[in-house]
Amino acid sequence: MAETHSLQDLQQPGVSSKVFVQRDYSSGTICKFQTKFPSDLESRLDKQQFEETIQTLNNLYAEAEKLGGKSYLEGCLACLTAYTIFLCMETHYEKVLKKITRYIKDQNEKIYAPRGLLLTDPIERGLRVVEITIFEDRSVGSGR
Amino acid sequence: MKNCEFQQIDPRALPTPTPTPPHPHQGSVMAEEPRRPRRKWEVFPGKNRFYCEGRIVAARQSGVLPLTLGLILVTSGLFFTFDCPFLVKHLTSCIPAIGGVLFVFVVITLLQTSFSDPGIMPRATPDEATDIEKQIDNTGNTSHRPPPRTKEVVINQQVVKLKYCFTCKMFRPPRTSHCSLCDNCVERFDHHCPWVGNCVGKRNYRFFYTFIVSLSFLTSFIFGCVTTHLALRAQGGKGLVFALQESPGRYPLLTNVIYDFLMELVICFFSVWSILGLSGFHTYLVASNLTTNEDIKGSWSGKSGEDVTNPYSHKNICINCCSVLCGPMPPSLIDRRGFLPSDESSQTGGVDIEVPAAATKSEINVCTQGTKGLLESATLPPLLTSSCHQGKPQTAHTCSDNSAALNSDPSPALSTDCGARHTAGSQGDTSPSHHTKTHSKKSQSAA
Repeated sequence: MAETHSLQDLQQPGVSSKVFVQRDYSSGTICKFQTKFPSDLESRLDKQQFEETIQTLNNLYAEAEKLGGKSYLEGCLACLTAYTIFLCMETHYEKVLKKITRYIKDQNEKIYAPRGLLLTDPIERGLRVVEITIFEDRSVGSGR
Repeated sequence: MKNCEFQQIDPRALPTPTPTPPHPHQGSVMAEEPRRPRRKWEVFPGKNRFYCEGRIVAARQSGVLPLTLGLILVTSGLFFTFDCPFLVKHLTSCIPAIGGVLFVFVVITLLQTSFSDPGIMPRATPDEATDIEKQIDNTGNTSHRPPPRTKEVVINQQVVKLKYCFTCKMFRPPRTSHCSLCDNCVERFDHHCPWVGNCVGKRNYRFFYTFIVSLSFLTSFIFGCVTTHLALRAQGGKGLVFALQESPGRYPLLTNVIYDFLMELVICFFSVWSILGLSGFHTYLVASNLTTNEDIKGSWSGKSGEDVTNPYSHKNICINCCSVLCGPMPPSLIDRRGFLPSDESSQTGGVDIEVPAAATKSEINVCTQGTKGLLESATLPPLLTSSCHQGKPQTAHTCSDNSAALNSDPSPALSTDCGARHTAGSQGDTSPSHHTKTHSKKSQSAA
């Protein structure tokens, strides 16, 4: 069967459903997502792959929110300058968020898009959920 | 206050051939000129005002912020004009320098507290809201408004109840509260401060704390300088009365000196006690990693007789202080300056034209659209659909037409939203207003 894709098809794949991975508050208010594997993804994705993605995200957020020498130094310096350095300088948290965006894009390209899934960066959902969009299964190996 | 945009390029958001051509200017509420890209702050659902193209956030009512600023400027102005020249001559020139530094600190931190995002949580997208509702309504009692929904989590061996926010359609994270004045859920909600005209939350608590501490120093400093000034003048002559009447030649108007002293003394005297008291209270809160909201409600004071401790405290005063004041600066979760994808704006315009005033008809039409509606609901940005919450009757009506036409699934949820706009989370209502009452009692006049 000839694999021809019209532009319309490629740009408007049908969304069959969305899965939301909620926050895990058992360690307090730090940003951490539940690693429980959603049942809707069973047909599309390995449990291990999913857990690895979420765990890496959790580790990255933990790195962003880590209380340590570097963050205290940044905080004290900011306090001394009446917090005006926030207008000029990119904070450590923002740097890590950019890293997270790159990681998600990378994961989408390598793992999720080939399986007809799309990870949405949690920052676009207010750090509430990791949204995974499940697209209709049109053809196997449709890629991007 | 720095706002970085995190826009992941969503392939579905790329310009697609739109099925309906946009009709220009036919009385639709949400469409603008066909090609002007709109920023997300323009459709923000909360009661906030935005300035400088979304860079500055303020509450709808500025409260008494102009009064606060005015008092600070007037008192400092009088200090620099009348007291500094005398004290520089008789004491040291460090005095205006110290005063200047404190004044700059106070004004900058006040403006940052008032105009930065306190930690507003964006509202849930329609898909998220539906997902949560599905999880909750397992029992199927959706005939009437369901009872308040709570979820329990265990944090550091403490059971914490998470409440469901009907306005924002999500379970509030721990320590988050809904401010009814701003109509937003705010993370680590402390209180809504009328003196700064904004909520105090996770992102601007450190600005607020620095503001009140530096203001305490400033008022104490000015009070001390004015007293010294008076004392020095009294020393040189025959007492206080002579000091007040002294040297009409130095100042063109004799009464200037008297008014200056009186005004500064009165303002500083009241401010010193109230602001110092407030700073002391907040220092206690910072050291125990509590918020004003939690302290007032007595969440962790063990009133119920159980053994409750604050699960968020690091059990060490230094670490608590450092984590609250010097911790990493969290980013703003509301992407104010991001652009709404242009195809949604033009689609909105198109759909507005197609749907006449009858809301029910359009909902029925939409329910039959099936997958097309699902696709459009997937591509529609969250803020655009939740702009229903603006609350004005005419736009609410049009909103429900508009959004119902675009979303087949969440339309029931949205139409109840438009009606239930003022049902904010109840806890958020009482606590901040309670605190603002005590706050205003404590500081009758702030300098």
